Amino acid sequence: MNIPGDLKYTNDHEWLRIEGDVATIGITDFAQSELGDIVYVEIETEGETLEAGATFGTVEAVKTVSDLFMPVSGEVIEFNQALEGTPESVNSDPYGDGWMIKVRISDASELDNLLDAAAYEASLG
Amino acid sequence: MNKTALYQAHIDLGAKMVPFAGFEMPVSYAGIKQEHAAVRERVGMFDVSHMGEFFVSGPKAAALIDYVTSNDVTKLTPGKAQYSCFPNETGGIVDDLIVYMIAQNEYMLVVNGACMDKDWEWVSKHNAQFGAELVNRTNEYSLMAVQGPNASAVLQKLTEVDLSTIPFYSFTIGAFGGVSNVIISNTGYTGSGGFEIYVLNENAIDIWNKILEAGKDQGIEPCGLGCRDTLRLEMGYCLYGNDITNETSPLEAGLGWITKLTKESDFVNKQYFIDQKAKGVERKLVAIEILEKGIPRNGYDLEDEAGNKIGFVTSGTQSPSLDKAIALGYVMVGHSAVDTEVYVNIRNKAIKGRVVRLPFYK
Repeated sequence: MNIPGDLKYTNDHEWLRIEGDVATIGITDFAQSELGDIVYVEIETEGETLEAGATFGTVEAVKTVSDLFMPVSGEVIEFNQALEGTPESVNSDPYGDGWMIKVRISDASELDNLLDAAAYEASLG
Repeated sequence: MNKTALYQAHIDLGAKMVPFAGFEMPVSYAGIKQEHAAVRERVGMFDVSHMGEFFVSGPKAAALIDYVTSNDVTKLTPGKAQYSCFPNETGGIVDDLIVYMIAQNEYMLVVNGACMDKDWEWVSKHNAQFGAELVNRTNEYSLMAVQGPNASAVLQKLTEVDLSTIPFYSFTIGAFGGVSNVIISNTGYTGSGGFEIYVLNENAIDIWNKILEAGKDQGIEPCGLGCRDTLRLEMGYCLYGNDITNETSPLEAGLGWITKLTKESDFVNKQYFIDQKAKGVERKLVAIEILEKGIPRNGYDLEDEAGNKIGFVTSGTQSPSLDKAIALGYVMVGHSAVDTEVYVNIRNKAIKGRVVRLPFYK
């Protein structure tokens, strides 16, 4: 299971790459492998400011559908439009081309609630 | 949680396992899309040992089966199989099944794993008035479904039985892969042709490995329940628990062809279905092709253009072969004609679809 050391994680199997006050967010290698072949990523919250825990989109796999949750509060400033044409990149490159949104973080203290790679790996058991 | 005799083979192949019908079953190995394509284009092999096998024998065997199933058992001859269902007493279905006629007075009923216990109870209960010999051999048998256009060529390497002489919904009992008394059945749940192989548990791993080996050149892949579902849904085959349940009538489900209201013998709730047919059903299971972005799932509402609820989705998926979303669902009869526009309520958005003819995949 690929769990890059330079990212932060959540118990909902999302990852964050923090650069200044912007977080790039996607789902982990574990999440994509649990979901299986991903068919659509639906994100219609661009421009909205959402609380941590709010749903920012959904991911549809062949077998199942899953909500995507804001790991931190903030404004959704961009979503990965390439996923409209190539949703399978979430499967093939979850930490790269498969990124989902960029969020302008509104409360940096929430970052303390995130897991580091070791803690996330431990949570997978 | 039960394990099939092939459990270790799945683990060794890196399968993702899920609980299903009381068993730990492989849902996928390489991925649903890849396995789906293997079956449509080449050949894939499924472990479906969770299915139940009941053996019915003796002079009362046919009479019992004719009473508990809706199809006409008297049409069977030895070596023939028949798709059927157990109607319940309240207008619904206990389970769907395949009836195999092994010999005069000797039959095998193959039922869904998830229904096995209640089916056994059901058949046993009705057998009180018939007195056939009834043996539940579910725990003795393993079942492998080898499906796809190359299935026959792969399996032929392992048997002297000429597979080309076994027509659809027929079977032979013979030597296969060095094991005797294997049931080789030209049946399946994928729409891509192939065989289902019934062996005793002690031979299962050996036969599984021999088939994988024999199929190497033809690109065989182990396949999980995930693509079993997408494959059957592309054909519009009903899944018990989704599309047919103890609350759906076979006539509503489009299974009138296995509900032989004119057969001589009585069967469970026959008069109810005769009346239902005369009156006409109020809802029908239809096939729906989705025209916009979104995937219908079991339980989602179906609506008309004005947003009135007209039914519900029973199965839905993204079709890997067609690359669009498809569904089965019940709608009120007025909305069931081919080409009728229907809308699926997907997360409070009305996603447009259209009633189409089955199969989705032709």
